[in-house]
Amino acid sequence: MFSRGLKPLAIASVVLIVGAFALVFFYAPNDADQGFIQKIFYLHVPLAIVALCGFVAGGVWGLRYLRDGDRANDLRSYVAIHLSLILGLAALITGSIWAKAAWGHWWMWEEPTLVSFLIVFLLYACYTPLRFSIEDPERQARTAAVFSIVAGAFVPLNFIAVRMAESLAHPRVLTATGGSMPGEMRLTFLVSLIGMAVLFVTLCKYELASKRAAMQLRALKRRLADEEDDWLPARRSAAPQQI
Amino acid sequence: MRRAVSALVRKDLRVELRTGEAVPSMLLFSVSTFVLFHFAIDRRSVEGDLAAGVLWVTLLFAAVLGITRLFVAEREQGGFDGFLLAPVDRTSLFVAKATVLFCFLVAVELAAVPAFAILLLGPSPWGAVPELILVLLLADAGIAVVGTLVGGLGIQTRARELIVPILALPLMIPLAIAAARATEPLLLEAGAEALPGRWLLVLGLYDLVFGLLAFAVFDFLLEE
Amino acid sequence: MAGTDDGPAVALRELGRAYGDRVALAGVSLELPRGSTLAVFGANGAGKTTLLRVLATLLRPHKGDASVLGHALPDEGWAVRGRIGLLAHDPLLYRDLTARENLEFHARLHDVAAARVPVLLDAVGMTRRADDPVRSLSRGMAQRIAICRALLHEPELLLLDEPLANLDPGAASRVEPLIGRSAGVARVLISHDVELGLAEADLVLGLRGGRPELLAPAADVGAGDLRELYR
Repeated sequence: MFSRGLKPLAIASVVLIVGAFALVFFYAPNDADQGFIQKIFYLHVPLAIVALCGFVAGGVWGLRYLRDGDRANDLRSYVAIHLSLILGLAALITGSIWAKAAWGHWWMWEEPTLVSFLIVFLLYACYTPLRFSIEDPERQARTAAVFSIVAGAFVPLNFIAVRMAESLAHPRVLTATGGSMPGEMRLTFLVSLIGMAVLFVTLCKYELASKRAAMQLRALKRRLADEEDDWLPARRSAAPQQI
Repeated sequence: MRRAVSALVRKDLRVELRTGEAVPSMLLFSVSTFVLFHFAIDRRSVEGDLAAGVLWVTLLFAAVLGITRLFVAEREQGGFDGFLLAPVDRTSLFVAKATVLFCFLVAVELAAVPAFAILLLGPSPWGAVPELILVLLLADAGIAVVGTLVGGLGIQTRARELIVPILALPLMIPLAIAAARATEPLLLEAGAEALPGRWLLVLGLYDLVFGLLAFAVFDFLLEE
Repeated sequence: MAGTDDGPAVALRELGRAYGDRVALAGVSLELPRGSTLAVFGANGAGKTTLLRVLATLLRPHKGDASVLGHALPDEGWAVRGRIGLLAHDPLLYRDLTARENLEFHARLHDVAAARVPVLLDAVGMTRRADDPVRSLSRGMAQRIAICRALLHEPELLLLDEPLANLDPGAASRVEPLIGRSAGVARVLISHDVELGLAEADLVLGLRGGRPELLAPAADVGAGDLRELYR
């Protein structure tokens, strides 16, 4: 059900990621102030942007699930959010490394994007424990969907509030993320961003297909063992067990 | 729906008046926290941004206490079933609980804010009381909405007492930012300045967005 | 979709419901005509309470079809909610409010005139203790108030989970005209008292492990058959 187009997507992501790396190391110029380490920006910012889009997409699928009750949408929501959480963690770590290398601090309160991202990450980190703490699968899916919608709406509000809070006291530090990027940097950034997005979609599809296969395998096993109730989930889990 | 909301609100306020479980504990907690802050930051008095911060952090944590109490009677005394059996719009439970939480917060603040002024606040707040009230009311509305929503999310889980605080705090950070930044110029040593309208707008936006959202999705949390 | 008023009170077809990974109900099919009583028997955990809660619209069916008073569940559950009375294990009363306050609250929720409250209180013999908080009442008294709560809105279908538990014979005979056969409404009754349940029933359902082991008109069932269920 989900594995349509998986192979071409996987190939596309490999091509784009390799291409992005090549551009980063051989094409993009070294930043005048920060030197070589600035190039981590091509990893950090795409990670953050794709993670945020993934969170919002999780909310959209959560909404679809509430509308039509199709458990496949709940599975899509779960996969999008928990993969985005992993990407988000990577974004925070790379952001911290960049901050230390560029400005000497492991964390920059003056950078509103980083701070907002931390808050969003803290919120979504509750998603999996929340799911796990509800046993009934339908209730779990419904509660998770409500959470994903609320958290999805929270993301833009949060960014607005934090940006307003910091912009008054401190000037923005990351001028490289502004509009004034030289052409080579812009191209490299674009390729990195697209590559990260395609990679994310590939990973989502891959996980969805693998979960679907596991479900079908479980159903077959049950049928072989002659269990009548093949509509029941097997064990407690945060992930949806049944479509 | 108005009938159901008023019946629910009256019931909850009556229970609270009789048992006094939520409001006194929230108040006590707030005052203890003020004392704790005095020692933790080693100051005789605070003003400006530090005062705003201490006040709002304390109020938010007290609110979290209130959230965990919000649905407890329903949960323990079968009240959800009683409500779910009634031929009423299920969203009325959300409206009622948010109203009740709002009332709790106002009641706590009526005592906690003067306590704060006496214990920790350096400058006298008298010059800015109307503005302070406005910020408090707007923020309380947001806390009530988000708190009820998080309380509703927590209904289903077994780890309620843990899930509610860790969900509520990040969600309320934008509200805390706006409330603290709005309160800051009102508590300055040199005399209260004008209320920054921009932060009131953010508070209003927060209240509106989450209010509408919660209104739309709360139903789903009650079904089985 | 309007419900038919002369159809069966309850119609189930292959009804199934699970709790997590446990089967609570499976393959339950029956039809209960209006005004008749269905008695449900079974050991603890057999699914009796689950069945009652599905009929009360508190749980949605996971499999099969269910319709109550002509309306399909769960989609039309909202249409029947005001017409069903549930008497569960839990009296569903707020312990810090008085009996009267509880009933007035439920009356308001169900849009029933408050004047009905003293009438019902009197019918179950609780007028004297009506203004004491529920936590100060004995289980039997709380049960009587719960019966009032279930009857406030004059339901067309009564769902009774061991209604006479905790009631002394005097109280039991007081409530009989309200929730017993003579009340004339359709009833689904859970009882552990085999003889009493059988006497009250028109249709008998015996559950074991969530599955229907026995389904027959009451006249064709003997107490001995029912006791087998508990073995």
